[in-house]
Amino acid sequence: MKRILILGAGTAGTMAANKLHKKLGGTWDITIVDQDEIHYYQPGFLFIPFGSYRPEDVIRTKREFVPKGVNYVSGNIATLDPESNKVTLADGTELGYEYLIIATGTHPTPSETPGLDGPEYGKTVHDFYTFEGSVALRDALAKFESGRLVVNLIEMPIKCPVAPLEFALLAESHFTKLGTRDNIEIVYVTPLDAAFTQPVAAKHLGSMLGDRMIVLEPDFYLERIDAENKKLVSYDEREIDYDLLVTVPINMGADFVHEAGLGDEMRHVNVDHHNFLSKDHDNIFAIGDAANLPTSKAGSVAHFAMDVFVPNFVNHVKGLPMEEEFDGHSNCYIETGYNKAMLIDFNYETQPLPGKYPVPGFGPFSLLKESEINHWGKLAFKWMYWNMLLAGRDIPVPSHMMMAGKDRSAA
Amino acid sequence: MPVTTIADREIHVDDDGFLTEFEEWDEDLARTLATNIGIPDLTDDHWKVITFLRSDFQQQGETATLRRVSTIGGIPTKSLFQLFPKKPARKMSYVAGLQKPKGCI
Ligand SMILES: Cc1cc2nc3c(=O)[nH]c(=O)nc-3n(C[C@H](O)[C@H](O)[C@H](O)COP(=O)(O)OP(=O)(O)OC[C@H]3O[C@@H](n4cnc5c(N)ncnc54)[C@H](O)[C@@H]3O)c2cc1C
Repeated sequence: MKRILILGAGTAGTMAANKLHKKLGGTWDITIVDQDEIHYYQPGFLFIPFGSYRPEDVIRTKREFVPKGVNYVSGNIATLDPESNKVTLADGTELGYEYLIIATGTHPTPSETPGLDGPEYGKTVHDFYTFEGSVALRDALAKFESGRLVVNLIEMPIKCPVAPLEFALLAESHFTKLGTRDNIEIVYVTPLDAAFTQPVAAKHLGSMLGDRMIVLEPDFYLERIDAENKKLVSYDEREIDYDLLVTVPINMGADFVHEAGLGDEMRHVNVDHHNFLSKDHDNIFAIGDAANLPTSKAGSVAHFAMDVFVPNFVNHVKGLPMEEEFDGHSNCYIETGYNKAMLIDFNYETQPLPGKYPVPGFGPFSLLKESEINHWGKLAFKWMYWNMLLAGRDIPVPSHMMMAGKDRSAA
Repeated sequence: MPVTTIADREIHVDDDGFLTEFEEWDEDLARTLATNIGIPDLTDDHWKVITFLRSDFQQQGETATLRRVSTIGGIPTKSLFQLFPKKPARKMSYVAGLQKPKGCI
């Protein structure tokens, strides 16, 4: 039997395993590999520091989402040799394939920033992009009653690019509820020239930071962290002091991607942006955060992309042309605190605009505007993730972005 | 697309003044563009960056980020801040006659 090998059993790899098993199971041998037995619901890492999710809310096993009939292999992927169609695990196991799907995601890499990965990590320097990080931060926030909290994004691209902003807004609401807000200064430090990348959304989010008295420090390209003296230092020698630092380490793809020569400078796989086929090999695809698509790295994107990827992949292995094209559709809830959230919906061509989603004129969700119902939408996403998304069940929203319901005049 | 006149030449630029036509650029124009943003002399080090940016753009179809210039082009980020002070990503692409790097999303 011919073999399909999926690398990574996270959001994208698990969805692909379920969908491809339905289409090709029985005629193709499908194997999925991951180094970790636990499937984390990563969007939940944002809520653990504030105590609104408990650690156990974000943990399930990976195997329970992988269908019977797909081989699950536990192990760390050490090397990929695309010339001989072979993957080698750290324990020496060799796995061959006819078609390879890389879904190993992107990961916070603190060692890329001098001064970050030192003795203060987990004490005055934190992240919330890993399970351990978000739990350590919960304990630190519980003790933080006065001083300056700096929320920092080191470099784009990161997965869930709105998450650091959400963290700053949630922290503001959290301290207000606890009555400590007046003693805490919140500063948002970013290498971008505004609060966010996309102009209309950046304006909305920037003014929201202002209203909430969160200081915005744009154009700050971090060179190093002086953890001993609690300072961020930029390449042009600006310094920002902190008492508590919450940063998003540089996100990078897997080492084996780089060593196999398939990656860009962030180790994300160079692929065709519309069909996910590697630019270098006709039998290798990359899906989810592992691919270097110019759209957000998010679970919602991986989900929309699946509707394009699966039919294309099935055609491709049969020698037929790939007919579907991905438009870069992304849809992100932005938690803003006080039990409210905003929603943004965009693609490669169209930036986030105000309007209603998914039903034009009605919603129930409001685009680029805070509402309580958006907040419930974000919380409901966890249930959808565990019960529908991973299993590859259809969710009743269109996978391509729609202009209907959006206010073009805002652009 | 607005058209503007720089160094007695008509060139196409976007709303922020970045060139939109790859072919309309040459080294003389680069010197003028550099002067416009307060870089009176383009040194060999500046040219190294500009040359890398233009050849990388031809291969990739988009403007390299600071990280790409440092990891692939071999020019440390620190130097980029010295050569193109304050906003190196914008300034280097402006002088090289390219669009500013798309803020990754
Ligand atoms: C704090 C936070 C908040 C977020 N919020 C949202 C949100 O609100 N909405 C949203 O849509 N998305 C959100 N995301 C993003 C979302 O979680 C990711 O985009 C999504 O999980 C990507 O799926 P993936 O399969 O590409 O990668 P992952 O789910 O990260 O899976 C990659 C897998 O590859 C495995 N792997 C990697 N390297 C190796 C190796 N060498 N050997 C073996 N296995 C390996 C890993 O163990 C992992 O299981 C958030 C992310 C974070 C961190």
